[in-house]
Amino acid sequence: MQITLAEIKRGQQGIITDVSSAHVPLKLLEMGCLPGNVVELVQVAPFADPMYLNINGTHLAIRKETAIHILIDITNA
Amino acid sequence: MPKQINVALIGNPNTGKTSVFNALTGLNQKVGNYPGITVEKKEGVCKLPRGVKAHIIDLPGTYSLNASSLDENVVIELLLNKNDKDFPDVAVVVSDVENLKRNLLLFTQIKDLEIPTILVINMSDRMRYKGISLDIEYLEEKLQTKIALISTRKNEGISKLKELIIDYRELTTAPCLNASEIDRNYFDSLKSTFPNQLLYKLWLVITQDVNFGKTDRNEIDALNNFKTKSKPDLKRLQQKETIKRYQFINTILKKGQTIDLKSAKDLRIRFDRILTHKFWGYLIFFVILLTIFQAIYDWAEVPMDFIDSAFASLSEWTKNKLPEGPFTSLLAEGIIPGLGGIVIFIPQIAFLFLFIAVLEESGYMSRVVFLMDRIMRRFGLSGKSVVPLISGTACAIPAIMATRNIESWKERLITILVTPFTTCSARLPVYLIIISLVIPQGRLLGLSYQALTLMLLYLIGFGAAILSAWILNKVLKIKSKTFFVVEMPNYKLPLLKNVALTVIEKTKSFVFGAGKIILAISIVLWFLASYGPGDEFNNAEEIVTTAYASENLSDEELQQKIASHKLEHSFIGITGQAIEPAIRPLGYDWKIGIAIVSSFAAREVFVGTLATIYSVGSDEEETIKNRMAGEINPILGTPLFNFASGISLLLFYAFAMQCMSTLAIVKRETNSWKWPTLQLFIMSGFAYVVALIAYQLLK
Repeated sequence: MQITLAEIKRGQQGIITDVSSAHVPLKLLEMGCLPGNVVELVQVAPFADPMYLNINGTHLAIRKETAIHILIDITNA
Repeated sequence: MPKQINVALIGNPNTGKTSVFNALTGLNQKVGNYPGITVEKKEGVCKLPRGVKAHIIDLPGTYSLNASSLDENVVIELLLNKNDKDFPDVAVVVSDVENLKRNLLLFTQIKDLEIPTILVINMSDRMRYKGISLDIEYLEEKLQTKIALISTRKNEGISKLKELIIDYRELTTAPCLNASEIDRNYFDSLKSTFPNQLLYKLWLVITQDVNFGKTDRNEIDALNNFKTKSKPDLKRLQQKETIKRYQFINTILKKGQTIDLKSAKDLRIRFDRILTHKFWGYLIFFVILLTIFQAIYDWAEVPMDFIDSAFASLSEWTKNKLPEGPFTSLLAEGIIPGLGGIVIFIPQIAFLFLFIAVLEESGYMSRVVFLMDRIMRRFGLSGKSVVPLISGTACAIPAIMATRNIESWKERLITILVTPFTTCSARLPVYLIIISLVIPQGRLLGLSYQALTLMLLYLIGFGAAILSAWILNKVLKIKSKTFFVVEMPNYKLPLLKNVALTVIEKTKSFVFGAGKIILAISIVLWFLASYGPGDEFNNAEEIVTTAYASENLSDEELQQKIASHKLEHSFIGITGQAIEPAIRPLGYDWKIGIAIVSSFAAREVFVGTLATIYSVGSDEEETIKNRMAGEINPILGTPLFNFASGISLLLFYAFAMQCMSTLAIVKRETNSWKWPTLQLFIMSGFAYVVALIAYQLLK
């Protein structure tokens, strides 16, 4: 099931399939947000934004507005 | 072998790079600025075995060589400029054993620059917790480097690192992967156009918007003739490059690193469940702030009282022991009280820096950023604005520099503009002395009224910052891309050595920075207060004696009258009385007026100025506080520092823009005089109006 990263729920795991290079800064890619890597939602702030993610072992937080430009495949439903 | 080896420490943020720096240099370090820019430059000397010395630079933390901020830019500028005197003989890339994969990205980039490179894998003490084991030999072979596995926490592996630094000539400069495979045609033509240049260096210069050292720019200015790619194309290529590098790293780590997940223990999740919780997270943050303020107030009291009386006795002692004359009185009445006015705040400032250092070192600050982002965005700020706003309680200057990691220009500009509202440590001297004069003793729910007033002043500062941010967000018409990435590092117990060094370093630079200004101003003030034009000053003794001849005053009272008559007709008295009409509606006399004017250079000058003015006018050994308490309003005949004028002063200092260094930093960071000028007039104008209203309502 393919969704944007913004729609991931707590406890779900996914694999990144596409990162829009026009909207997602290089810095995020360099921190490991790349196609093929595993992503998991750790925690959300109030109003579900920003999102605290574990991407391939790197823990970071991004805003929803960035997450909608990243596509993932959910691996555990 | 050269007598001194240039070493550059490079690494991602949160890898313990600074701990490695501290372990190598100890107290042999100094913090300065890179010429022309305000990025902090940390360098130190490390004694190696066999009588060799290493000059070590701790470069700003960066995730890659693709710079996205001024701080990161420094790293590239140094590494690309072979003519720089600090150009490293050897680069030491510091990585964290738990984030090796990500940290190696930067490592492969540095290797491509063909600089001898050592890889430090730090925090080896955590390997057991995390079930990580490494095949060092295999990694050294594949990464074309030497590896030092160290733990700064347990002080292990440092001597191995020193050995590697000495033998840096044995390191190979061969890159560990061939990144140009991502677009062979392009890189081939690049290479044939510039046969004498390092390919990766060219690539960096092409893809960065930033300016590099002049020499390098000139060398590749010819690039204009070269068939370039469009921006989006370059960005896609950079993405490909990053993927390529990660592929290489993944392949290597598959063999070189094993992680036994069963023995991995992760406290992070358990901590974060509470510390970033929707309710508990905010409550804990609030309690932490409250504790900090109470601590600053209570713990610092004893050393401060001690310093205050020590300076009073020193001043008295100087007056008695040295021969009488202008020099003695300059020393006893100008310089010593002026300096005392700043030294007294060392305990509180040190405590403040201590708490901020602990919050940053422990990894908690990132959680605050995460918690606050959504709320701050409503006011046109970013979650990352919380860090400047909190560290602004120490000093606005580093706080404004800390805005550099805010990615959106609009959010960053607003943060810069409102940060000076937060109560910096320079306001503390003014607040403390006035609070102790006008706020009664007593406690409410275990918290003293005085501590509560201080807390309230901090809240007013934050409130003003947030509110003006909200207004600026509505007013400023700036379109800028917003984006936000913050790393959530693992929780760490702060290293005592790191915290102590930060506190010492920051306190020292505060005291010396402010000390210089205060010293200069107190000398000028003493001169202006000790000399005056015309008869009224020069014949003061005669005039006063005649005027009070019928009143039968004691000798002491007469001396007092003469001294204050002299002060009133000195240069400073004349100036002060000229500005008095403007400040009388706020409840101040001309002496406070002089103190306010001189504190436009720096707020903390206020107390020192009053100390200097009052001590010129008296012979008694007195603490600054007692002198201020004894001042009488000449018109009303009541104590000058009463509740109404005190509150008015507190509010004036809460809002006014009185710090030349901050204005200079804002000018540099925004690259325009427009913003600091606006800050100066709007903030100070607002301060005047609020202070006026407060005094008129309360008097």
